[in-house]
Amino acid sequence: MAGLGGGPAAFGRCTHAVVRALPESLCRQALRSAAGPEVDFARAEREHQLYVGVLRGKLGLQVLELPADESLPDCVFVEDAAVVCEETALLTRPGAPSRRKEVEAMKRALESLNLNIVEMVDENATLDGGDVLFTGREFFVGLSRRTNQRGAEILADTFKDYAVSTVPVHDALHLKSFCSMAGPNLIAIGSSEAAQKALKTMQQMSDHRYDKLTVPDDAAANCIYLNIPSKGHVLLHRAPEEYPESAKVFEKLKDHMLIPIANTELEKVDGALTCCSVLINKSSEL
Amino acid sequence: MKRSLPWIFTFNVKFYPPDPSQLTEDITRYFLCLQLRQDIASGRLPCSFVTHALLGSYTLQAELGDHDPEEHRSDYISEFQFAPNQTQEMEEKVAELHKTHRGLTPAQADSQFLENAKRLSMYGVDLHHAKDSEGVDIMLGVCANGLLIYKDRLRINRFAWPKILKISYKRSNFYIKVRPAELEQFESTIGFKLPNHRAAKRLWKVCVEHHTFFRLVSPEQPPKAKFLTLGSKFRYSGRTQAQTRQASNLIDRPAPYFERTSSKRVSRSLDGAPMGISDQSLLRDFPATARQAAGDKILDLDAAGQAKLKEGGREEDGSPVKTPQLELTQDGKSNSLRVDGENIYVRHSNLMLEDLDKTQDDLLKHQASISELKRNFMESTPEPRPNEWEKRRITPLSLQTQGSSHETLDIVEEKKQAEVGIEETLVVDETNKGKMQVATGAGETCKVEEHLSKKDSSSLPSDSSSSSSSSESEDEEVGEYQPHHRATEEVIREEQEEEEDMKRKEHEEKIQHVEATPEGSKLNVPVEHTQVKAEDLVQENAVTIATEEKNLSEEIKQDLGEEKEEEQLRLNGDVSHVDIDVAPQIICCSEPPVVKTEMITISDATQRTEISTKEVPIVQTETKTITYESPQLDSSAGGNAGVLLSAQTITSESISTTTTTHITKMVKGGVSETRIEKRIVITGDADIDHDEALAQAIKEAKEQHPDIKYFRGKNDTVIMIMKNCNHSKSSLLYRMHRA
Repeated sequence: MAGLGGGPAAFGRCTHAVVRALPESLCRQALRSAAGPEVDFARAEREHQLYVGVLRGKLGLQVLELPADESLPDCVFVEDAAVVCEETALLTRPGAPSRRKEVEAMKRALESLNLNIVEMVDENATLDGGDVLFTGREFFVGLSRRTNQRGAEILADTFKDYAVSTVPVHDALHLKSFCSMAGPNLIAIGSSEAAQKALKTMQQMSDHRYDKLTVPDDAAANCIYLNIPSKGHVLLHRAPEEYPESAKVFEKLKDHMLIPIANTELEKVDGALTCCSVLINKSSEL
Repeated sequence: MKRSLPWIFTFNVKFYPPDPSQLTEDITRYFLCLQLRQDIASGRLPCSFVTHALLGSYTLQAELGDHDPEEHRSDYISEFQFAPNQTQEMEEKVAELHKTHRGLTPAQADSQFLENAKRLSMYGVDLHHAKDSEGVDIMLGVCANGLLIYKDRLRINRFAWPKILKISYKRSNFYIKVRPAELEQFESTIGFKLPNHRAAKRLWKVCVEHHTFFRLVSPEQPPKAKFLTLGSKFRYSGRTQAQTRQASNLIDRPAPYFERTSSKRVSRSLDGAPMGISDQSLLRDFPATARQAAGDKILDLDAAGQAKLKEGGREEDGSPVKTPQLELTQDGKSNSLRVDGENIYVRHSNLMLEDLDKTQDDLLKHQASISELKRNFMESTPEPRPNEWEKRRITPLSLQTQGSSHETLDIVEEKKQAEVGIEETLVVDETNKGKMQVATGAGETCKVEEHLSKKDSSSLPSDSSSSSSSSESEDEEVGEYQPHHRATEEVIREEQEEEEDMKRKEHEEKIQHVEATPEGSKLNVPVEHTQVKAEDLVQENAVTIATEEKNLSEEIKQDLGEEKEEEQLRLNGDVSHVDIDVAPQIICCSEPPVVKTEMITISDATQRTEISTKEVPIVQTETKTITYESPQLDSSAGGNAGVLLSAQTITSESISTTTTTHITKMVKGGVSETRIEKRIVITGDADIDHDEALAQAIKEAKEQHPDIKYFRGKNDTVIMIMKNCNHSKSSLLYRMHRA
């Protein structure tokens, strides 16, 4: 047992994933920041199945797939319901009231994995997992329309080992709408002004210097990095058909096993790659 | 404090090493563990449940050894405290994890403990309560990298040391002046309100100390005492991290024996040593060597009380105790007690000096002056990157040959200054361009404009004793400190602000009152500092910026006149020239206190060896042993205790070799002995014939001293007895190592 997640070297290790099926209500009722074309449900499902297939089949993760709940149109975006770091899971209090019940199913799933569960009970606190960027060394929490200071404080209380810095997020739904980790020390960041400003703040707040990977498209900066024992660095990123210029940037990562994943439909309702799973690293049972 | 009360001294770590694995010795790590266990159990260092359990399990492994199902029944853990709120669940987890550490030695368990503890976000962060400009409660955290601002556990801002231009306090306000952010033109000053002026001053001092320790190569000179000034003259006077590392690299001693004592009541031995050894006797073993050897730990002594090294903050009876934290170095007076600035301070007493009541002070002064000399040595030692600093040096030192680990150590000069009480030497440093800031007291900040002239004033570190920095009282209302970034920017990784700095120098700064709003925070107070152009103050008040190589070049320049001929003789940079004048204050723990001085000149080993030892009168002393470190390989030394008069370590380095010279002077059984031990480590690819170099060294030594006796010891050690008359004896030890 290495403790503290085994340090930055073990960043991205992952054994389990929690995902959730899409409800049909998503097409019409899911929250969206901008009106636009309707979600093609069949296609959305296909894309999601591919996504889950990569996690389960290609990467060998144990995937817990929760059933859809038609009363929770956004329930596919499981990331917002929980923040898991090492053996501890913080069940959030999502910023959108319509999404609060999503946490219940997540709680059961995480309990089944024997994680230490912390619930956010404070009624003044809100936190969406999409605002939480864990770098392996510290947390950055976006203060957005969905996440407030109190929510960030509770996160800091839950994960006492790590520094938790707050980053104001403007012009985007979540902090991770324009950034994510693309490697143990590598922050993928979009090119928009909001993204660059947030990056500056993060750099200022951190004792550590991260490498950055700037991609032209904010949405493409949301990718999933995994460190899979038999495969090494693995990066799930948006497909070249969607974001050709950003894909070219990812293709320069020579050490990574790159897996392009299309996410055209869920993107219409602000969904990004990280939104659709909660990744968990269970060290072998003691 | 009443005399009748027992004084309690506690162990406190002042600077938490960012990477404990770099500490040389297990004993140092053990001390750090003790401190951290206390920090964690008291809640000062917060950690998660899982981490509490993990760290606790390493503590058990270190203290109890492998889990033994027979001996370690269910409740064996409750006697330990791992966390402020220790639960049954946590204890079970600790026990569970303890079982998985089977086979780890105590030292390994400590290392694992530290590897995990160092990653905690609050590791090494010294927190201070404060309010921001809007009266909101915040915490200011001082750490190795800078100043952190927290609000309810959340980090809301951070100022890395390179961003901070000035730290000051005035009454209960604490100010930092920060570099302009990108695209901004002006510096901004941010103010914080502390509970009272003492708190403000304490924070300021902690900042000064941390900045100096972690960022500078050598401590800054305290500002010169000025007539009618009020500002604090406090400066950190111990050794910096860079110096500590350098010094600890020179240690060549067997790992000191020590025993881990249980933080529980029952004392037990893990190493199979006999039980029942009291703390006192245990402690007596190591401090002597530790201090003298300038290890990566130095034990601060105070013999006045009956203190003991506290283990994990527990009293002997095993109950958790809030140990009074006597911050000796924090408060002026006791600064003179500090023997050396180190990674770790251990403050306790009765280590070995029980009988010395009267001479205590002298002893400490003596130690201080030794360490001062040592420090001066260290400061003139180049970083082990000859090419780098060679490249940057501007002063014409063409006399030096390649490699050029050039060291000219002129202690005699330093001494003289000390004796006549000159605290500060100003040397014009032409290589230094840039800015100076001048502090005059009275709470006003006089800022000297940056000018593009290449002249600057620098001060050479030459304060007469390590206590000179503490001429201050608690009543000072103001204090200022400009964190010059003297540290070599390459060694300690700098933030990106360097270019900004250059840019900034191109336009004159204006007097401003700026309200700053760094991103993500509302902490800023517009501060009104009176800032005047005061160029005429420069000469008198200049505080220095001096990068490491500047320091060097100053010293070199100083000595250049005298040393010219010497330099021509130097070959291949493998040079160390030492003039040591061991003046009376080196030997002060004895009666009669005066010993005549003795001159040793050592010049380059490969060129010339000349050791002249004047006869030293027999000193009848009543002295207790301070330390005696027996060189491992010196068969002639025996290993008896003697009285150490002085010890010096000089290192010089060239591309292919590192020469370490240890000079120790001893009085042993009425015979004064000077031992010079040269250790030459051949590094790099340079094709130096090992045997030939050794033979050459011997040959030269023989030429110089026809009556030399030498013999070749093991491990390519050559021991030469240079002179062996009745009262004095010198030996020169060559050790050649191939790295």
